[in-house]
Amino acid sequence: MPKRTDLKSVLVIGSGPIVIGQAAEFDYSGTQALRVLKDEGLRVILVNSNPATIMTDPEFADATYVEPITPEVVEKIIEKERPDAILPTLGGQTALNTAIALDKNGVLTKYGVELIGANIAAIELGEDREKFKGVVARCGAESARSQIIHTIDEAIEAAEWLGYPLVVRPSFTMGGLGSGFAYTEEDLRRIVGQGLLYSPTTEVLLEESILGWKEYELEMMRDKNDNVVVVCSIENFDPVGVHTGDSITVAPALTLTDREYQKLRDVAIAVIREVGVDTGGCNIQFAVDPKTGRVIVIEMNPRVSRSSALASKATGFAIAKIATKLSLGYTLDEIPNDITQKTPASFEPTLDYVVVKVPRFAFEKFPAADPTLTTTMKSVGEAMALGRNFTEALQKALRSLEQRGAPLDFTPVPEYEVPQLVEQAKRPTTDRLKQVQRALLGGATVEELYDATSIDPWFLDQLQLLNEVAAEIKAAPALTEDVLRLAKRHGFSDEQIGALTHHSEAVVRGVRQALGVRPVYKTVDTCAAEFAAYTPYHYSSYDEEDEVGLHSKPSIVILGSGPNRIGQGIEFDYSCVHASMALRKAGYETVMVNCNPETVSTDYDISTRLYFEPLTLEDVLEVIAAEERTGGVMGVFVQLGGQTPLKLAQQLADAGVPILGTSPEAIDLAEHRGAFAKVLDDAGLVSPKNGTAVSFDEAKRIADEIGYPVLVRPSYVLGGRGMEIVYDEANLRRYIENATEITPDHPVLIDRFLEDAIEIDVDALYDGRDLYLGGIMEHIEEAGIHSGDSACVLPPVTLGEDVIERVREATAAIAEGVGVRGLINIQFALAADVLYVLEANPRASRTVPFVSKATGVQLAKAAALIGTGVSIHQLRSAYQMLPEAGDGASINPNAAVAVKEAVLPFSRFRTPEGTVVDSLLGPEMRSTGEVMGIDRHFDTAFAKSQAGANNALPTSGRAFVSVANRDKRSVILGVKKLADLGFEIYSTGGTAAVLRRSGIQATVVRKVGDGPGPAGLDGGQGTIVDLINDGQIDMVFNTPSGGDARGDGYEIRAAATSNGKPCITTVAEFNFAVLAIEAMRQFEWTVTSLQEHAAQLRDAPTVGSEATATEPAGV
Amino acid sequence: MTDRTNEATNHSTPAVLVLEDGRVFRGRSYGAVGTTLGEAVFATGMTGYQETLTDPSYDRQIVVQTAPHIGNTGVNPEDPESRRIWVAGYVVRDPARRPSNWRSVGSLDDELARQGVVGIQGVDTRAITRHLREHRTMRAGIFSGEAAQRSDRELVDEVLASAPMEGSRLAEEVSVDESYTVEPSDHGWEGEPRFTIAAVDLGIKSMTPHRFAERGVRVHVLPASSTLEDVKALNPDGFFMSNGPGDPATADGQVTLLRSVLDEQIPYFGICFGNQILGRALGFGTYKLRYGHRGINQPVLDRRTGKVEITSQNHGFAVDAPLDGPTPAPEGRYGRVEVSHVSLNDQVVEGLACLDIPAFSVQYHPEAAAGPHDAAYLFDRFIELMEDQRRTEDQPGTEAAQSEEAK
Repeated sequence: MPKRTDLKSVLVIGSGPIVIGQAAEFDYSGTQALRVLKDEGLRVILVNSNPATIMTDPEFADATYVEPITPEVVEKIIEKERPDAILPTLGGQTALNTAIALDKNGVLTKYGVELIGANIAAIELGEDREKFKGVVARCGAESARSQIIHTIDEAIEAAEWLGYPLVVRPSFTMGGLGSGFAYTEEDLRRIVGQGLLYSPTTEVLLEESILGWKEYELEMMRDKNDNVVVVCSIENFDPVGVHTGDSITVAPALTLTDREYQKLRDVAIAVIREVGVDTGGCNIQFAVDPKTGRVIVIEMNPRVSRSSALASKATGFAIAKIATKLSLGYTLDEIPNDITQKTPASFEPTLDYVVVKVPRFAFEKFPAADPTLTTTMKSVGEAMALGRNFTEALQKALRSLEQRGAPLDFTPVPEYEVPQLVEQAKRPTTDRLKQVQRALLGGATVEELYDATSIDPWFLDQLQLLNEVAAEIKAAPALTEDVLRLAKRHGFSDEQIGALTHHSEAVVRGVRQALGVRPVYKTVDTCAAEFAAYTPYHYSSYDEEDEVGLHSKPSIVILGSGPNRIGQGIEFDYSCVHASMALRKAGYETVMVNCNPETVSTDYDISTRLYFEPLTLEDVLEVIAAEERTGGVMGVFVQLGGQTPLKLAQQLADAGVPILGTSPEAIDLAEHRGAFAKVLDDAGLVSPKNGTAVSFDEAKRIADEIGYPVLVRPSYVLGGRGMEIVYDEANLRRYIENATEITPDHPVLIDRFLEDAIEIDVDALYDGRDLYLGGIMEHIEEAGIHSGDSACVLPPVTLGEDVIERVREATAAIAEGVGVRGLINIQFALAADVLYVLEANPRASRTVPFVSKATGVQLAKAAALIGTGVSIHQLRSAYQMLPEAGDGASINPNAAVAVKEAVLPFSRFRTPEGTVVDSLLGPEMRSTGEVMGIDRHFDTAFAKSQAGANNALPTSGRAFVSVANRDKRSVILGVKKLADLGFEIYSTGGTAAVLRRSGIQATVVRKVGDGPGPAGLDGGQGTIVDLINDGQIDMVFNTPSGGDARGDGYEIRAAATSNGKPCITTVAEFNFAVLAIEAMRQFEWTVTSLQEHAAQLRDAPTVGSEATATEPAGV
Repeated sequence: MTDRTNEATNHSTPAVLVLEDGRVFRGRSYGAVGTTLGEAVFATGMTGYQETLTDPSYDRQIVVQTAPHIGNTGVNPEDPESRRIWVAGYVVRDPARRPSNWRSVGSLDDELARQGVVGIQGVDTRAITRHLREHRTMRAGIFSGEAAQRSDRELVDEVLASAPMEGSRLAEEVSVDESYTVEPSDHGWEGEPRFTIAAVDLGIKSMTPHRFAERGVRVHVLPASSTLEDVKALNPDGFFMSNGPGDPATADGQVTLLRSVLDEQIPYFGICFGNQILGRALGFGTYKLRYGHRGINQPVLDRRTGKVEITSQNHGFAVDAPLDGPTPAPEGRYGRVEVSHVSLNDQVVEGLACLDIPAFSVQYHPEAAAGPHDAAYLFDRFIELMEDQRRTEDQPGTEAAQSEEAK
């Protein structure tokens, strides 16, 4: 029976900003869903606050709402659009929670909207731990055994059947207070004793420990006819105890017999039926006791998840696309398998390769955070690699991470280090893989490491195998074909082989290629070659037969951005995907190279051909060679995927590869301080005084000359890695001494720090003749906060026309001086009305998608065409890709105002003491994602951006204000306004006194250092932190004093972060927040789709005064 | 470094896989060293190598495993599907150096060597699979040790001189010599057996009698050459024919036996070879597939329920019967028959159901091992068929039937 005919319009809920645990994979799944719904002829409505997504491109939906994903806002969209159904299973937990809330508050019933792809009962059964335990039991399977106890005697009795070690969890305590592991009866008495005290109900849950068990996941699909298939099995390299998102994972499962695997499959099918997931995907996690094979069901997700994206990329089975079709009423056997074309989707993919996913962490951004891996996910991205065996896939995945030290190290391990390594490996951290491999290299046995880590001996032996291969490479008298083939078969890079044999990478490559040792490219085909594949989705392997087909036109290769990391995320994937789409539309064959399974770019039908490969020089050169020999290469785009491909530009050019767009020389010019300074000089532009240093003495001399504070950072970085504002010499010394990566090639850059400057970001296109200014963004926070973490507004709200004109002229001069062909991003600072150039990046920037969404102009697509020789003039005329007249800097009174706000992951990271890390913003970028608030009015747009970023501003209540001395003067007006709006102002002594003098009454609260007050009439007043923890404060405004981030401020900010209260740390943002709060109290929000915003611009293209007339009703 | 012998480069003996059309793949020996000949087929299961190796249907076949890592869980005494390894040769890419599983008692490498199975490792199994897919299954040989030193021409000639699978009669070769009985009480069934069946072993997998026994069915497993008298001597409630190797066109003896059993109105259930024999008994032809179905991910549509089941399959031949609607069996006395199950990948007949006599069969493996358990309901369907038959027969004496059911 084909699809339902009663559905005419569907609302898809996206997942909002990229946060840890909910990332780009939902853009991938959401985009697939939208494409299916459109193909099926439905009216598609989307809500997603994240502008960096492909799915929010206006062309993917009929109405695209970049609005906060809250039940209130989604209700407004439902009211306006009246969709027949909501599809909530492709937008992660955010979408699911929103749908549940809409069901609970009656909105779905009120508007007669049906949930498709999931039902509330199933979601609740799947997500509620206790109910889920019941499901598991009804399926004849097991959950971890547990018992609730109320006395120590009961605990000791329970321990007899539960067995040690035991997990002790006191009931109803905050943040896991009093939890712990009991290995002995003594431990148990101690921990339970405390736990009973902590628990307000004197109740403690004892649970058997499954730490160290083997962990598996099955990705499942079910249709309305109850057909169920397992799309993929995934095995965790790290045993139970490490979140699967933080674990190295492998597909397919490699250490189960068929009997054991089928047992998991049977249980999974029984559970999906019992839970009642009617249509769509879900995943189920299992723990398997390595000693007995006992199986425990850990949990399930009744929706498309991060693992679904991984499973899709790992198998070629398009889970999100198929889940969407199932939700429309199709059955699995009615849906063709895209890859084979002839066979249906009602089958289980079988792999003839191994997939390894490795997580990428960002602990270097949070030095205070405890790097122990736990069941709370902390990684910010991942890389996936495919190989014909585990060793090949693992080594490819490790080099895909692009992290110094990520690839395995085979230098000798002194014997005395071995016991230490074994000991360290007991605690799971980001370094465990290396510790294990190095311990084996040093002579530890597989058994010892199994005892220490519980990593399956088969995996340990594979690491041992790599050590042995390394030893053979090292011992080989020469680089023979046999040695190279052996090395390559196990995934060793030319660089690794070079290190082992004391050759340069280039020499190894030369010898290897001369000997004809080249990779072949296999195809991901879902069926282990049982049927012919029609989708060129390739991965390399040093095997015998190559499968790349001949192509008739020379290809354009687009290098992607690799694993998501802070500073280089989904925004760059957006640009790559757009380029590919634009180039294909223009008739080119495009080739995507990327290794990030979470992305849209690695969907096999985005580009003409997809190579799932690491983005190292070696791997990219081999892909280019494969394309060369099968039909030729027109050129390579390196300017779209962020720093990853950009840093390959010169080497690719040196290897004779044509670079499309901006030339490597121009890229170098912008990156090189001296050369860039000359460009500025020639254009009559200034930059803050600066210098470069490779030693403290040098740095001190420069700093003395230009004056403190200075901004210091290593060269060639993205995301402000290691960037700091230094206020004095002592801190400068500390910085230089701690900076490990300083070499004459990579000196420290020292800039004068412009205090109280307005930062301005520009994205522009240049074709060698004309400039198209994509947009000018005014930062909300003052200069000094990394642009990625700063909120910004487009069009600028406080810049005068003359400033905009100066920015335009400066941008044109720099683009010309550098020699850009395509995109350029420039950061300016305006201080004392002087426009300083901070830096220029001749590539697609993080803000390209934001600018494109805010202005309705597709910059990345235009840049791709410029790279092929199309002029801006042509883009304005024949291509109609850019507006005929004007550009992103033209102030159009009809234009909506868009505010971008960053989303920060502070609440994820804990110090070893268990408190959250500090939430102060600084020059080092730490945000994982962003949202956009868009509205006709700036204040409302700002309020929406805060709500979208899960920091909804309060409209009444208590505001705590405590600012540094230098800020006291600038906050008075804002605080006064808050007080006038009815907020109760709380403050600490100093700030309160200042406020009082301006006639603002503030309740004085105790500082953290004061401790709680003596038990008086009101039982003793707590400190400000106690008040925040108690939920008595609705908003915190705290600016740090001086260069020191510690002390009271830290505790206050940490408490606000932990409790999910908005915490504002800059004066600029505070003042805008007050405006926004006022607007929220005065006006009700309206929702407007991007398509409507665009129509308004079109209908009143120039200066128009009838803006109010075109405004949607209900303002 | 540890004391382990250094196997990184695997200095084992060179080996070569030679296909009858002259394509040659060089690798290293795996398992026993020597020469073996057989029909090259590929199997796509990612788990269950022990079951695959011991499946008698793979007799005289050189099995190419598309999953690259083989042997990871070692070998254990529970998982074999018969008394020995049957594959003629084994082709893998990356065999495990160290098995890891709580049930493992040894390595697969050693087990292959112990049973004299010649294998090859380190070859591009995907290239071989693609070749077989494009050029159909064909004869092949694995040569290792001294045999591998000979010229390719000689090796190809040797392959070409071997017997093709078409026209091969192999069931007798793999079948038991003596009958034996599988008791429900040994497989977790409490109480008296509900039914007794006679099962002809044409290459039966041990999971099949197990699936019957755990449902309370006593199984008498008979040699392939058994006669109607042998069957009737057991007074069975049902009759079963198993999977097995070879060309169904050679199974005249079994076809004759099945016809006589059907004439007796004894309920029949057949699996795999047993499906092809039912097809031939009903008067349909059988034919060789281009490259067969060998995997545990094969989608089959049960046309009666409209549901899809993911099945375990291992067949190189198929029944040639009309797919549309019930059709009179060419052997007219058996009434109407319909194709009950069909492969969703290529529309091959995957099951037959007789509408006028108590008989049905499937081409795939509801006993799984290896593979998913989606089709286990077929054992229940057979039990229902036997129940219906008993009810019909016992209609005059309902009391007897009731007391039987009460058990």
